[in-house]
Amino acid sequence: MRHILSVLLENEPGALSRVVGLFSQRNFNIETLTVAATDDGTLSRMTVTTLGSDKVVEQITKQLNKLIDVIKVVDLTEGEHIERELMLIKLKANSSAARDEIKRTADIFRGQVIDATPNTFTVQLAGSSDKLDAFINALSGASLLEVVRSGVSGIARGEKVLSL
Amino acid sequence: MELLSGAEMVIRALRDEGVQHIYGYPGGALLHVYDAIFQQDEVQHVLVRHEQAATHMADAYARATGKAGVALVTSGPGATNAVTGIATAYMDSIPMVVITGQVMSFLIGEDAFQETDMIGISRPVVKHSFSVQRPEDIPSIIKKAFHIAQTGRPGPVVVDIPKDMTTPTERYEYEYPKSVKMRSYNPVSRGHSGQIKKAVDLLLGAKRPVIYSGGGIIMGDAHVELAELARSLNVPVTNTLMGLGGFPGTDRQFVGMLGMHGSYEANMVMHHADVVLAIGARFDDRVTNGVDKFCPTAKIIHVDIDPASISKTITADIPIVGPARDIIKEMIQLVKGAKTGPDAEAAKQWWQQIDEWRARHGGRFDINDEGLMKPQQVIEMLSKVTNGDAYVCSDVGQHQMFAAQYYKFNQPKRWINSGGLGTMGFGLPAAMGVKMNFPDAHVACVTGEGSIQMNIQELSTCQQYDIPVKIICLNNQSLGMVRQWQDMNYESRHSQSYMKSLPDFVKLAESYGHVGMKVDKYADLEGAMTEAFAMTDRLVFMDIAVDPFEHVYPMQVPRGAMRDMWLSKTERT
Repeated sequence: MRHILSVLLENEPGALSRVVGLFSQRNFNIETLTVAATDDGTLSRMTVTTLGSDKVVEQITKQLNKLIDVIKVVDLTEGEHIERELMLIKLKANSSAARDEIKRTADIFRGQVIDATPNTFTVQLAGSSDKLDAFINALSGASLLEVVRSGVSGIARGEKVLSL
Repeated sequence: MELLSGAEMVIRALRDEGVQHIYGYPGGALLHVYDAIFQQDEVQHVLVRHEQAATHMADAYARATGKAGVALVTSGPGATNAVTGIATAYMDSIPMVVITGQVMSFLIGEDAFQETDMIGISRPVVKHSFSVQRPEDIPSIIKKAFHIAQTGRPGPVVVDIPKDMTTPTERYEYEYPKSVKMRSYNPVSRGHSGQIKKAVDLLLGAKRPVIYSGGGIIMGDAHVELAELARSLNVPVTNTLMGLGGFPGTDRQFVGMLGMHGSYEANMVMHHADVVLAIGARFDDRVTNGVDKFCPTAKIIHVDIDPASISKTITADIPIVGPARDIIKEMIQLVKGAKTGPDAEAAKQWWQQIDEWRARHGGRFDINDEGLMKPQQVIEMLSKVTNGDAYVCSDVGQHQMFAAQYYKFNQPKRWINSGGLGTMGFGLPAAMGVKMNFPDAHVACVTGEGSIQMNIQELSTCQQYDIPVKIICLNNQSLGMVRQWQDMNYESRHSQSYMKSLPDFVKLAESYGHVGMKVDKYADLEGAMTEAFAMTDRLVFMDIAVDPFEHVYPMQVPRGAMRDMWLSKTERT
């Protein structure tokens, strides 16, 4: 099953490599990983999506908690949550038919064309990973030049907060 | 406040931490630190002949005392040579602080001379590591390193110090922190009372209970409490390889080691138990055998300081996270206060069954009066000559299993071996680390002619520092454990398990200024061993010829249940 883990960790050199190393060392899977500093510059927030049975995910959570740099770990999929992923996608758009098709599809998915040349469009799209997959499938007629995905960022719904 | 250079701060911080010995080897990146060592006499440096030995000495000091040992090695090859020792300590949860030199900070990443990314290379085998970025952080980093190494589930910590952090001319205010506070590191300090109550209820209602305890009893100083709990419940106790000495080896309630080379009775007790109380043990693959067939009728109570150990391989019915000693104490109180004690009739039947199992195998082995000595005989003699009271530091292989099976450990912290990583070459430096700190105790290195050659250069260190350990080398002229597996699984094709061109160990020992003895007849063994231990101020290398065809039994059948064992070359359960 797919799980989304939110990790609060010290914003220290090497902290990220400890987390990534743990996954490979213990044969855990990483589907996506995003990380950046939070409003508190001493803290980083990381979102990891992983595939595994409940037993495996329990082990991942425990092993992450054991890392000295890790302060808190929450499995967002245990409760109501919101997940978003950002995608930048560059497509061939050298005919008016292609340009119309891309724009129409982007509108349906609430994406925006954020860059254009006589031959290309670059579309920005945010949403769940499934939505991004669906957008790519919907554009199967167009030729994709480049796809950049940020990986998932997640947050719990409601008043639940992951902080110190 | 006193002004000290980074190099001086390293040594002063170690002194303030109460460190008496550091084990190490100098090199370019550490020259400032070694100069600071030269200019003081409170922290004694022990110069090894290979960095791996420095880490094993520090590790064994920790195993024998419970306090973190310290190794000091230079950058690059010094650091990489230490990695095996760090991994050894990591696998057995041993507190250790390893200080590694590093190239100047402005050279890092440029493939400078003797540069290696030690933080990266050691990352999977450390509890934590620090890279010093500012000299003034050295005292607080060293304080944190000891704190992390010694609390919670202990483990090795690496402190990597670039050379320019130790420049003698740059001085900073020195103050050693009295305490440590880390928002991201707060080990569990006590067990959950509700869970403990549930566990005791389960134990009191059990008909075939067993306590399976590991290294957590030793490192958690819980052996007294364990014995009291075991007596109050009248349950059999089995120890893991790491847990030997956690319960008296000669006690009626002790059924021996469990697992791959565990005793017949211990493995039978585990297989038939209805309640297993596991304390400070981690259900590793050398204990459980096939996990799907493990203890089919048992409810599992698992007490461990590390939540990640619980339900990692075997799902616990009652998990309890916390320090073993406090949790056992709480259990004892609950047992004492219980309205009804353990079921006496069930206990009688359980012990009757256990005694039958004991009678069936009981650690017997065949003796060949004509031929060579059996390795088991040598260990039994060692136990006799040292009154079961020696520190036994083992290498890895058949001799390790024989020592675990036939030396009766009545005290904790006396059995010192690389259980998790299985590091050949551990034994001699381990014995040295123990002997330097317990000069009046008997310290034996039980080894084989294979393992001893992996760190034999340390005979030179023993000469320099007068470390009179006794080396008990069970010489079977082959890598016995490899050979055993080849006999059992590869139709005796002895691929690379045969040791040709062995040195004359007697002459070798003598060339380092030690005493060498060769023993090849059992009749001579007791006299020779007694003589060796009577030479309290000399290192004695006993080269003892033993039967090269002997196997270690019992041996569990791979992927079977606990009860599935070979009991001899021809007999299976």
